[in-house]
Amino acid sequence: MHQKLKIVVLAKQVPDTRNVGKNAMKEDGTVNRAALPAIFNPEDMNALEQALRIKEQHPDATVELLTMGPERAAEIIREGLFRGADGGVLLTDKKFAGADTLATSYPLAQAIKQMKPNIVIAGRQAIDGDTAQVGPQVAEKLNWPQVTYAEEIVGLAGDKITIKRRLEHGVELVCAPLPLVITVHGSAAPCRPRHAKRLLANKRAHITQWGVAQVGGDESQYGLSGSPTRVKKIENIVFQAKEAKRINASEAEINELMRELITNHTLG
Amino acid sequence: MANFYTDNGDLAYQFRHPLMQKIVQLKEQGFTDKEKFDYAPHDVEDALDSYEKVMEIIGDICANTIAPNAEEADHEGPTLHDGRVAYARATAENHRLLTQAGLYGISLPRQYGGLNFSMVAAVMASEIVSRADAGFSNIWGLQDCAETIREYASEEVKDEFLPRINKGDTCSMDLTEPDAGSDLQAVMLKATYDEARGLWLLNGVKRFITNGDAQIKLVLARSEEGTTDGRGLSYFVHDRAWGGVRVRRIENKLGIRSSPTCELTFTNAPAKLIGERRLGLIKYTMSLMNGARLGVGAQSVGLSEAAYREALKYANERIQFGKPIIQFPAVYEMLATIKAKLQASRALLYETARFVDLSKEQKQYHRLADCYTPLLKLMAGEYANQNAYDSLQIHGGSGFMKEYPIERIYRDARIATIYEGTSQLQVIAAIKGVTTGLFLSQIKAYEARPVPAEHEHLKEILHQMSNEYEQTVNLLQNAPSEQLDLHARRLVEMAGHLIMSHLLLYDAQQDKSFALSAEYFTFRAQSWNREHACFIHHFKPNYYQNVSLQNQTSSD
Repeated sequence: MHQKLKIVVLAKQVPDTRNVGKNAMKEDGTVNRAALPAIFNPEDMNALEQALRIKEQHPDATVELLTMGPERAAEIIREGLFRGADGGVLLTDKKFAGADTLATSYPLAQAIKQMKPNIVIAGRQAIDGDTAQVGPQVAEKLNWPQVTYAEEIVGLAGDKITIKRRLEHGVELVCAPLPLVITVHGSAAPCRPRHAKRLLANKRAHITQWGVAQVGGDESQYGLSGSPTRVKKIENIVFQAKEAKRINASEAEINELMRELITNHTLG
Repeated sequence: MANFYTDNGDLAYQFRHPLMQKIVQLKEQGFTDKEKFDYAPHDVEDALDSYEKVMEIIGDICANTIAPNAEEADHEGPTLHDGRVAYARATAENHRLLTQAGLYGISLPRQYGGLNFSMVAAVMASEIVSRADAGFSNIWGLQDCAETIREYASEEVKDEFLPRINKGDTCSMDLTEPDAGSDLQAVMLKATYDEARGLWLLNGVKRFITNGDAQIKLVLARSEEGTTDGRGLSYFVHDRAWGGVRVRRIENKLGIRSSPTCELTFTNAPAKLIGERRLGLIKYTMSLMNGARLGVGAQSVGLSEAAYREALKYANERIQFGKPIIQFPAVYEMLATIKAKLQASRALLYETARFVDLSKEQKQYHRLADCYTPLLKLMAGEYANQNAYDSLQIHGGSGFMKEYPIERIYRDARIATIYEGTSQLQVIAAIKGVTTGLFLSQIKAYEARPVPAEHEHLKEILHQMSNEYEQTVNLLQNAPSEQLDLHARRLVEMAGHLIMSHLLLYDAQQDKSFALSAEYFTFRAQSWNREHACFIHHFKPNYYQNVSLQNQTSSD
């Protein structure tokens, strides 16, 4: 290893959509965040565990968290400290608010350039948006290779990392060079519990916060102005399909499916 | 996210008790540890906050791993491989998570890797773990052996063994043998000093040893050749890595099946002496047993909590005759009784833990701890069984099947009145609280506490009960000792009912959620005590002549 190993874990504070009660949606169809507890996005927790396992194998490695959100999202960094991370940065600024995935990955990538890790690990997707876009977008913006759907980081030697990916029909072992962005699947090992002493030592820990000034870059790419996504309408969908249908990836069958979807107004 | 600490407000309530200030100050000795350890508290408030935060970790692991694992752990159980024990997968996972969370050594000083928590906090951790899996709670609770090492062992032994607790090494207390159960004076396992090697060698058999394949073993052995009583016994520590101890078998038990109960053979097993020779039983084992009895008290309250929750859930879900069965008087009365006994035994648990915490400083608390500990073990153990019984009854036929957790809780509860001294032996230890007047003076001290008008009637009832108790004790003042032995349990229970009623009445002043249990328990206690008093007043010694020692040589 030429330089000390440094891992940045991307983590997001999300509303706990797994415990949706009666008040989860407002009348206008938006999420009632006050009624849902804010939690550490579950797959980001799996990502953190993979980072901490690397640190166990390579004791001089450091693990830092990076998150973006309102001030209370500092809890995410603190949670990471309780479980074994060395530190972290919260990107918080009114100018970051209202960001879609593009305007999220941009400041994250800007911050990562300053943090200078060799590995970035993120959860596959967040349970509020379910886009699975931020990890891959960060990789693109950094111009780093990426390995998605990781289930286990099997080994790390020199600048080569071996990763087991969880795919639809099985697993795939891939080898990749560093630096690298990895997104971790929910089937990966659950995160270790909070450590009592780490929690007590860090309960008053100061959390580094960066605003627009520290992150730098092109301000027009932040927040709402940097977000091409517009939510047109939100509606409650009752899932009616009883069974899944499988088609082969042939030109003819895909065309047939497209025709079917357009006919029943799913598309178009 | 489910959490066995935050879902139970009765636990956090205990940290707000006024004596906690003193307990924390005593434990933290001027808060000087903060200079050396980044996780040490800065003041009382900080320490109490730390207790809560750590309980949250335990509550999380218990609710989300240990409780869901309990059925598998019970079903699979530990297995024996070439003289060594392997925990069930689920049990091993429980232990690994608690170790990873840095929770072992909860009451040990920080210099040995511990959290330096008070007994109140340590007991609470045990209660929470027991609610999740009472069998596993033995493996967790045996870390209390470290307390005996810390108190009596040499610096060298302390430095050698204590830091290992936090890293996940488990303990066992190897006391009982085939012919030495309740009567530990009969222990035969032999300790001989090997001059050449400068250490002790242990030879013999131990039986019914909980977690018998632990890395760190405390062993009671006969070091003084030719002796036959307790004064020939000394106390040793054995490291599994030194060899010489094999597990001969794992017992096939009714309950707490996730915890291995072992028969062990010692063959020239090396050991180090703890403290002084000859004090093994009379000093160190007694100290160890007091800690273990407090632990069983916590385990019992955890079991009662689990039984109560299962009963409440089932009684709400089960529809019969067109409505949830909780709406039938026969069912809701059972539930209210379970809840009252649960809260009463919890009140006694934490009162005892506070006395134990303070006992190191003041003799008065030491005496109280000494009598409250067996009282707690007796009452909480019996209540855990009664509560499990009633909870299973509420489940009806489904409770008798293996599909609901209550059948396991029912089986697990059964040991609580047996090990670490049977209920009958707890009575023998607690009766001195009756005969010396210690219980009565404490009851009078509770009585002196002011209560608001709405609880005056309870105070009046308790005052009458206290008079009745005093009169009944006086009645037996000059009775033959056998007669006192016969009534001892009734007297101890009368004192227990009174004490728990007073504790609940106090709780009801601080937090209104205790008010109904306080009132209901006091009324029940009044009738229980009246029954005991009535029996004692009308007792005739010839009642028991129909049972007598059988003559083995008779030819019937």
